Amino acid sequence: MDIEIRNLSKSYNGKKVLDNVSCRFKEGSITLVMAPSGQGKTTLLRILMGLEEADSGEIDGLDGRKMGAVFQEDRLCRNLSPVSNIRLVCRKNITKTEIIEAMDAVGIAGCASQPVRELSGGMCRRVAILRALLSDSSILLMDEPFKGLDRETKLIVMDYTKSKYNGRTVILVTHDEAEALYMAGEDSGRICRI
Amino acid sequence: MISTTADKNRKKTRIRLWSVAFWLLLWEIVSRIIGQEILLVSPVSVIRRLFELGTEADFWSSVAYSFGRIIGGFLLAACCGVLLAGAGAACRFVRELAAPAMAAVKATPVASFIILVLIWVPSRNLSVVISFLMVLPVIYTNVLNGIQSTDRKLLEMTEVFDVSPWRRIKYIYMSSVLPYFRAGCSLGLGLCWKAGVAAEVIGIPAGSIGEKLYEAKVYLETPDLFSWTIVIIILSIAFEKIFLLLTDLLVGRVERR
Repeated sequence: MDIEIRNLSKSYNGKKVLDNVSCRFKEGSITLVMAPSGQGKTTLLRILMGLEEADSGEIDGLDGRKMGAVFQEDRLCRNLSPVSNIRLVCRKNITKTEIIEAMDAVGIAGCASQPVRELSGGMCRRVAILRALLSDSSILLMDEPFKGLDRETKLIVMDYTKSKYNGRTVILVTHDEAEALYMAGEDSGRICRI
Repeated sequence: MISTTADKNRKKTRIRLWSVAFWLLLWEIVSRIIGQEILLVSPVSVIRRLFELGTEADFWSSVAYSFGRIIGGFLLAACCGVLLAGAGAACRFVRELAAPAMAAVKATPVASFIILVLIWVPSRNLSVVISFLMVLPVIYTNVLNGIQSTDRKLLEMTEVFDVSPWRRIKYIYMSSVLPYFRAGCSLGLGLCWKAGVAAEVIGIPAGSIGEKLYEAKVYLETPDLFSWTIVIIILSIAFEKIFLLLTDLLVGRVERR
């Protein structure tokens, strides 16, 4: 089922951050949401996540569906290892081997059992992305997921994301045109500008 | 009451062997200058008396009696404090209901409690109640603050991923509350020994450390007074170290599961 937002508006202290935004997110594909910084991309995702309420407008296609997310910040438990952080949100029967294989694919298998507080920013970012990709969810909401990664790592992680979203509905927010075009591939119709 | 800075300052406040030696030496010198054991006994006499006491069965039964009751009160307060703080964090009504009671318990002088409780319960159970009353508000306040200071962003993350309440407690709340709980226990353990023994000195339950201190006072047995005081300090510090170590191990084990 597609996710559709109609005439969504949101203000903070009288300042409008979302003004009558409408968009359709196609079931089972990646939709890139693009806008300059400060134009309400994160607010839109927070509304979709159920963390904020819109002032007006409608959202269809979210009811009862499990979500996974990559936030602007990593939001990892600093005392836990990457494996435990991923397990926290995953189905119970996911094995450590599956997690380590995924970590290996994005180049962080070596730090599987280290506490997250000891990892670099780029490593934490990849753990946060894997957590969302390996989660038992049918919708993935990703807020600037590749921010802070170097060019080479970014390409690896973007390819991995494209290969592993497994038919889920992905809403990916970015302000980076090149990143959006790479993720959207040939089909630039999957880019939604707000 | 809330002191999570204890860990940060641990290096600064660590007790050094040389400083202990300095104070023992000063104590020995002053006691020699005074020259009267009733006024100030020498550390050597105290240690000698301590070893004598250690060979008596009565000594160990008194230690067991007071330890069981005071630590019993502490453990009961720790459990109730954690549960109450959990309920308080989840429900504003509980928090508001508990607030004046906790404030009253914190502000009331221990002596008033001891005399009042002595009217209600037999003296053998006095130290359990007093220890409980001294520790409960400390643990409650600290744990509640720990829960309330849990990272909102992590809680949002668990909400979005629909993480079960048990996993939230295990992975998010436990590590957030642990430093507050440790600080509360550290403070509470000191308080429960001080207040518990004071209650025993006033209630004089037979076979307790408090009774021994009372007898030492009555018969002017200063070496006994100092020896029993050292016993209390050792029990308090040793139990605190063991309890906090076990708490850390338990939390680590639960988080790793």
